[in-house]
Amino acid sequence: MSKPWEGFIEGNWQKDVDVDDFIQKNFTLYEGDDSFLAPISANTEKVWARCEELLTEERRLGVLDIDTDEISGIANFKPGYILKDYESIVGLQSDAPLKRIINPYGGIKLAASIVKHYGREMKPEYDRIFNEYTKTHNQGVFDAYTKEMRKVRHTGLLTGLPDAYGRGRIIGDYRRVALYGIDYLIKMKEADKEAIIDITEETIRLREEVSDQIKALKAIKTMAASYGFDISRPAETAQEAVQWLYFAYLAAVKENNGAAMSLGRTSTFLDIYIQRDLDRNLIDETLAQEYIDQFIIKLRLVRHLRSPEYDELFAGDPTWVTESIGGVSSAGIPLVTKNSFRYLHSLTNISPAPEPNMTVLWSQRLPENFKKYCAKMSIETGAIQYENDDLMEPLYQGDYAIACCVSAMSVGKQTQYFGARTNLAKALLYSLNGGRDENYKELVLAGIPQYEGDVLEYDKVMELYLLTLEKTAKLYVDTMNIIHFMHDKYAYEKSQFALHDTWITRLMAFGAAGLSVVADSLSAIKYAKVTPIRDEHGIAVDFKIEGDFPKFGNDDDRVDQIAVEIISKFSAMLKQHPLYRDAVHTLSILTITSNVVYGKKTGSTPDGRKAGEPFAPGANPMHGRDNSGALASLNSVAKLPYEEICQDGVSNTFTILPSTLGKTAEERISNCVSILDGYFKLKAHHLNVNVYSRETLIAAMENPQLYPNLTIRVSGYAVRFNRLTKDQQLEVLERTFHDQV
Amino acid sequence: MIKSNLGYFSKIEPFGTVDGPGVRTVFFLAGCPLRCLYCHNPETWAYQNGNSLTSDEVLKMVKRYQSYYGKEGGVTFSGGEPLAQSEFLIETCSLLRSNGIHVALDTSGVGNPLYHEKVLDQVDLVIYDLKAADSDLYRRITSQPIDPTEVFLSTLQRVGTPIWIRQVIVPKINDTEENLEATAQKIATLRNVLKVELLPYHTMGKAKYDKLHIAYPLEDTPAMDLERCRRLNESLIRRIEEIRNTNR
Repeated sequence: MSKPWEGFIEGNWQKDVDVDDFIQKNFTLYEGDDSFLAPISANTEKVWARCEELLTEERRLGVLDIDTDEISGIANFKPGYILKDYESIVGLQSDAPLKRIINPYGGIKLAASIVKHYGREMKPEYDRIFNEYTKTHNQGVFDAYTKEMRKVRHTGLLTGLPDAYGRGRIIGDYRRVALYGIDYLIKMKEADKEAIIDITEETIRLREEVSDQIKALKAIKTMAASYGFDISRPAETAQEAVQWLYFAYLAAVKENNGAAMSLGRTSTFLDIYIQRDLDRNLIDETLAQEYIDQFIIKLRLVRHLRSPEYDELFAGDPTWVTESIGGVSSAGIPLVTKNSFRYLHSLTNISPAPEPNMTVLWSQRLPENFKKYCAKMSIETGAIQYENDDLMEPLYQGDYAIACCVSAMSVGKQTQYFGARTNLAKALLYSLNGGRDENYKELVLAGIPQYEGDVLEYDKVMELYLLTLEKTAKLYVDTMNIIHFMHDKYAYEKSQFALHDTWITRLMAFGAAGLSVVADSLSAIKYAKVTPIRDEHGIAVDFKIEGDFPKFGNDDDRVDQIAVEIISKFSAMLKQHPLYRDAVHTLSILTITSNVVYGKKTGSTPDGRKAGEPFAPGANPMHGRDNSGALASLNSVAKLPYEEICQDGVSNTFTILPSTLGKTAEERISNCVSILDGYFKLKAHHLNVNVYSRETLIAAMENPQLYPNLTIRVSGYAVRFNRLTKDQQLEVLERTFHDQV
Repeated sequence: MIKSNLGYFSKIEPFGTVDGPGVRTVFFLAGCPLRCLYCHNPETWAYQNGNSLTSDEVLKMVKRYQSYYGKEGGVTFSGGEPLAQSEFLIETCSLLRSNGIHVALDTSGVGNPLYHEKVLDQVDLVIYDLKAADSDLYRRITSQPIDPTEVFLSTLQRVGTPIWIRQVIVPKINDTEENLEATAQKIATLRNVLKVELLPYHTMGKAKYDKLHIAYPLEDTPAMDLERCRRLNESLIRRIEEIRNTNR
């Protein structure tokens, strides 16, 4: 075998671009414990100390610096360093750490206003180029939007749509660059392009896209060369493998500002190179850990230039550099290596942090020692989320990864058209108000009859609600089709799609917020007596609730099945409408921190939630209403169906007091493992695990300087507590902390 | 009259991590013949207080949580004094175990001796609340004689069920050298003891007494210092080992 591949076991991966085959043939399963791990190296310590200075300064300023000379692009920036002599992995988005890039392709207007917000000037020529000579994604979308689409966007029935910023949630298979080198990938893409000869609208677009992909691959090579590396060939050592892979990811974040710029599933792939170098005595464990720690430092420095409104939706500057760790191969062998431990160990070596978004693909079959180590790190750092590999692996066939928070896709073979979410609770109010918005008092959805009668009757409400959801689904699909048509056209992610197969499956991910509000509201209507209080326009602005009713989160089928019914029907309604480029419909129940903003924009609901109050995050039960204990709460969420129905993910954020989890550290670890095993055995999809007390958070609110690294899982990502807004901090405090009773 | 197929509960805790190994569902059965000075659950004294469930209903409820028990967890029957409802216990524990569920019994060992062996045959672990080794101290703490629990203990030894031993330590009442020595001597004679745990007395039960209009017996006693209790626990375990080594 050629030098870069020396010592590797042969397979199909040599004939075709097949990273999964390479991993399965060559990885070394590790079933031991964490005792082999090395502490932080002297080099990493120096680099991280410098980063901490810069991060402190950034926290003070909001944005440390903006590169106003250049705009986003793979090879548009000069090389940048933190402390060149001590960096074992190099490369920054722009020419200096934390210096943000202007990306006008999503929307020039927004980009200009953000630059201005931070007291800088964008070069006037860009304004002219993107307004007069060409146009951006945002302009394209608004040229095509209907009046109704603008209206639901304005009132917040649909929110967070990627029509003014990069859609993200695309995972390039960054491993390909390390395994094959750029030149081979270019060769394969050129061959693919030659094979597209039957000319239709779709193949014209594809030929143009593949041409762009080839240009992007060449640009990645140029960018790497500016740092002194020739990545035209495959990586030969562990350090090169990490470096090559990172250059490929770096190209993606230089070119794009997608909401979630996820990494994929890299730890076990890289372990193969690290293990080979360890076996050859080229490196020791300390150096192996140094490569990983320094790679992770780089991932922690990724930044995008966001608007203040965006920051309010998604607090703490998240970038969702999601890395999927663990899981089981399609052959049924756990993909756990020493490097799975090293990634998580970075949380110890360089402090707990929200990024990269460490995501453990949990299987009942994972080695016991790895399960325990994950639980230990969750308890110590609060930085890990868990997703059910036993549920996903059969659907995505082995080599898949999570983008953003909960979105699974086969790496390099599938991609996602991200679609934010619709506000199910607002839709319920529309069905009670004849399609009118409860805040703007204007007609938004035409053709919904006004609710007749005083007291709300379940069957009548349900009929109107399903009608409202049907109209919403149609409008939502149409809106998404426009957005992704324009995104492909004006802000195509060349470097990321270059690291996909040429022929890919596209998943279009719809989203829903406020499900627990809706379930409780319908339960109240069914089991208690609910009377709307209407204003002078006849719009229900509040509700009189007499009697008690079952609430979602108590393992009570009377209400849990309402939630299942609503989400299943909404999923089916979306699927009735065909999608752009034959994409496949998926749906998530996920809010991230936007549950606070959604709540603000939504009037009082029949469950007793008052106007403006936050929703629960993701698929969580409403705050304080899941009072039958932690397990009953988990059981309720576990009933929400993943496969086929919410196959873009069901997010649950779980907070438990340390003392409730067990008396000793050892007991807490093993009980945490039992909870994860138990929850996922019930076919649940996702769990954020938080182990801390309300008192800790209150102390951190009062004395933020004493808790600089306190990291908590919100919904789908982790965040430094001190980076949340006051409203968001208070919302976290309102959540149910599971204690003994 | 308590029907044999109904269990009376003062509280059910779906998710417990302190009453036995692993994640457990804890059933607090109603009724207790003892009146321990430091009892923090006076609401569990009365026999037919609270809700009743059949064995099948218990199983149905447990099945909802079984997924989380893992390798170690399961169900714990606590109280009150669960032995006061021995017939129900026998039926229910047998049903749970036939469904693969680990069963622990948290008891002071006071109940009808006719049932002891049958109960123990259906239990995987006994969490034995050793109130006191000395008979005078036992009576002072529980207001009852020590003999009934001694009977249970001898059956427990004969059946051979694994045991966790617990004792609540109250300042000035049993945090003494004498009690520590007597307790060590006692435990050293027992077989199958997997764990010995001293629990520090706390004053959180007081509010319940006020609510029930019962005079609180330890009005002026402060909570047990956690660190001191931990040291006593270590010392107790050391002594037990020493005694066993000497007697070997």
